[in-house]
Amino acid sequence: MKRRETLKLISLSSLGLVGLNPQVIAAEQLAAPEVPVKAGNGRQEFEAVRDAKLKADKFFTPQELLTVTVLTDIIIPADAKSKSASEVGVPAFIEFMMKDQPAHQTPMRGGLNWLNNKSTKLFGQPFVKCSRGQQIALVDQIAYPGLAKPEMVQGVAFFNMMRNLTASGYFSSKEGVADIGYVGNKPNQWDGVPADVLKQYGLTGEE
Amino acid sequence: MDAFQIKKTAKVYDVVIVGSGAGGGMAAYMLSKAGANVLLLEAGGFYDPADPKYITQLKWAYESPRRGAGTTRPFGDFDAAWGGWQIDGEPYTVDPGTEFHWFRSRMLGGRTNHWGRISLRFAPNDFKRKTLTGVGEDWPIGYDDIAPYYDEVDKLIGVFGSKENLPNEPDGIFLPPPKPRLHELMLKKAAKGIGIPVIPSRLSILTKPINKDRGSCFYCSQCSRGCMVYADFSASSVLVNPALKTGKVTLINNAMVREVLTDEKTGKATGVSYVNKINLQEVAVQAKVVVLAASACESARLLLNSKSSRFPQGLANSSGVIGKYLNDSTGASRGAFVPALMDRKRYNEDGVGGMHVFTPWWLDNKKLDFPRGYHIEYWGGMGMPAYGFGSGIENLNGIIPGRDGKIKPAGGYGANLKDDYRRFYGAYVGMAGRGEPVPLESNYCEIDPNTVDKYGIPVLRFHYKWSDYEVKQAKHMQDTFEEIIHSMGGIALGKKPGPENNYGLEAPGKIIHEVGTVRMGNDPQTSALNGYQQAHDVKNLFVVDAGAFPSQGDKNVTWTILACSMRTSEYIIEQVKQNNI
Repeated sequence: MKRRETLKLISLSSLGLVGLNPQVIAAEQLAAPEVPVKAGNGRQEFEAVRDAKLKADKFFTPQELLTVTVLTDIIIPADAKSKSASEVGVPAFIEFMMKDQPAHQTPMRGGLNWLNNKSTKLFGQPFVKCSRGQQIALVDQIAYPGLAKPEMVQGVAFFNMMRNLTASGYFSSKEGVADIGYVGNKPNQWDGVPADVLKQYGLTGEE
Repeated sequence: MDAFQIKKTAKVYDVVIVGSGAGGGMAAYMLSKAGANVLLLEAGGFYDPADPKYITQLKWAYESPRRGAGTTRPFGDFDAAWGGWQIDGEPYTVDPGTEFHWFRSRMLGGRTNHWGRISLRFAPNDFKRKTLTGVGEDWPIGYDDIAPYYDEVDKLIGVFGSKENLPNEPDGIFLPPPKPRLHELMLKKAAKGIGIPVIPSRLSILTKPINKDRGSCFYCSQCSRGCMVYADFSASSVLVNPALKTGKVTLINNAMVREVLTDEKTGKATGVSYVNKINLQEVAVQAKVVVLAASACESARLLLNSKSSRFPQGLANSSGVIGKYLNDSTGASRGAFVPALMDRKRYNEDGVGGMHVFTPWWLDNKKLDFPRGYHIEYWGGMGMPAYGFGSGIENLNGIIPGRDGKIKPAGGYGANLKDDYRRFYGAYVGMAGRGEPVPLESNYCEIDPNTVDKYGIPVLRFHYKWSDYEVKQAKHMQDTFEEIIHSMGGIALGKKPGPENNYGLEAPGKIIHEVGTVRMGNDPQTSALNGYQQAHDVKNLFVVDAGAFPSQGDKNVTWTILACSMRTSEYIIEQVKQNNI
């Protein structure tokens, strides 16, 4: 085992987190350091100060964050190729965006309250307390804009926002970039479209 | 320190230049190489894209907590522009019922740090708009006056392109252009099939090294972040740096110029007064020649704010023309999804920063219901995922058959949705028209009598409305975009913009190509500057930004700013030698 992985395990167990639901771990690890963007690292001073303040602030309550975490993993679960949304830090990204662009705050907080209100009406408890089957039954009513009932349209708008934020956060993460297959952002020589690709599309390169 | 005491410096410079962008950078380069003692004042901070302190190039989206979103920088967290359409403490106002958005970059090199590097020459007809079409204005100079300077700029700075022999798109001295990307080949084939030309783009990016001070392009597609090997043109890297090396240039950053100073008796400019933005000290500096290159609107503002008993309407403004004829490029765009590009093979197609091909204006306006043309810029491909990736998939995945060939309900979640993002990656293209407007006297900026910025400098108030000419041009753009998209088998995204929103015509100022506010002309009654961009009223005052341009063609103006500033600089050297100024 590599030293770094050993350290990771030690730090997790020392926090008493081993054995907990991975979503809870992800939610509680919001404060985990991410790659810092410091002044003098391509940042203007006011940006560095602002970023530091935003990172220190909290927007979501623990309950809200847990709900966001569950939703992001419903939207982008782990599969054979890559990890789930919460495993690559999407909830923390969404938390940051709420503070960075406050226009998101009311639709997000209101949307979460809408969801919990609906779930309480339907199942007698807030969304995260519901069974997986109940969660999916509710999500199914707001995840398909063309099929949703009129009384669900606010939920559709909320879920669209959540889907878009999740995709942004997921595919812009290191793991998401690997999943989508972007292989640039490094010195390269560009000599045109590869020959096999030209052939696949019936092109010569001299169009 | 008492901020209200004006510090007067004793030194008299040969030239003071206000602004370090394309126009000011070129003037600093030319004049310092000729041996002049130059004072270069820049309202923003120092910037060098090769200094790790400033580098954003080659950073990943996840190195930004907002994943590259444009919260504090309009073009994203890694974009090289320090500033934007709004700057804290530096407001501007807009007359009700009109619209203008003023983009400012407060940094060495100004807006050349993040621009698209699109480096087009004006064509001979671009200088004769009034004569040829009856609307607009002629320039006091023609293509033959400026062509030798375009050649010199091509050689000094470097631009790639291809010889095409198009009357409206004069060829230059070109470096080899990069080969098209896959979507660009498909766009080219589709557009050519319906009679719309697509040619290699002309960008000031070094596909081959041209000197020992600058590297050549390593194809990361990130010119807008500034280039650490100086392989693209920004005024800071390519002009100010070598100017500083002459030892003849004193650069002062964070110097916000308040006004041009004049001698009441002689009527000549004697220097400028600026605010040191760090300590708010007011400083008056003296120079034998004053060159304004603060940007079209900022130079107009400076002149209008330089009032005296001798120049009650503002300096160089006996014509009353300063601020008027403000005009920005038109812009409209459309995106599309190309099903044939789904499930693409992955490879590195970053290429140069921006498009490898474009469409120059190809039609004859005499046969159309609007008098000016536009060019088309293209984008698409497998770019770095960042903030906004996958947004709006609910508008698309319900109309594209799944892997099983069946249509499924739009939106969704889970493994199936995750797979949609992978399938759709790299299958989007987009196109944008950038067109020439007709400059109008009724579009202007002026001094707002009620508002000052945080330095106490009166601010600009804008008054701008598009005319029918531009709206009809935007309609033509939208029709053309759909034809190209359909021709390549694409699905145009969103609702086609129509009359309800001016056919998607962007608000004035959004394209950041504003010109015309200190225009040149032969008649001192209707222009502020002569054909050498010298003030009619003040012989030792010059304006070398795009404020001097009576019109802007269907071309981006940077290459013409550079060529004109080079020409004006030579004229200044010659006039000084002859003791004329």
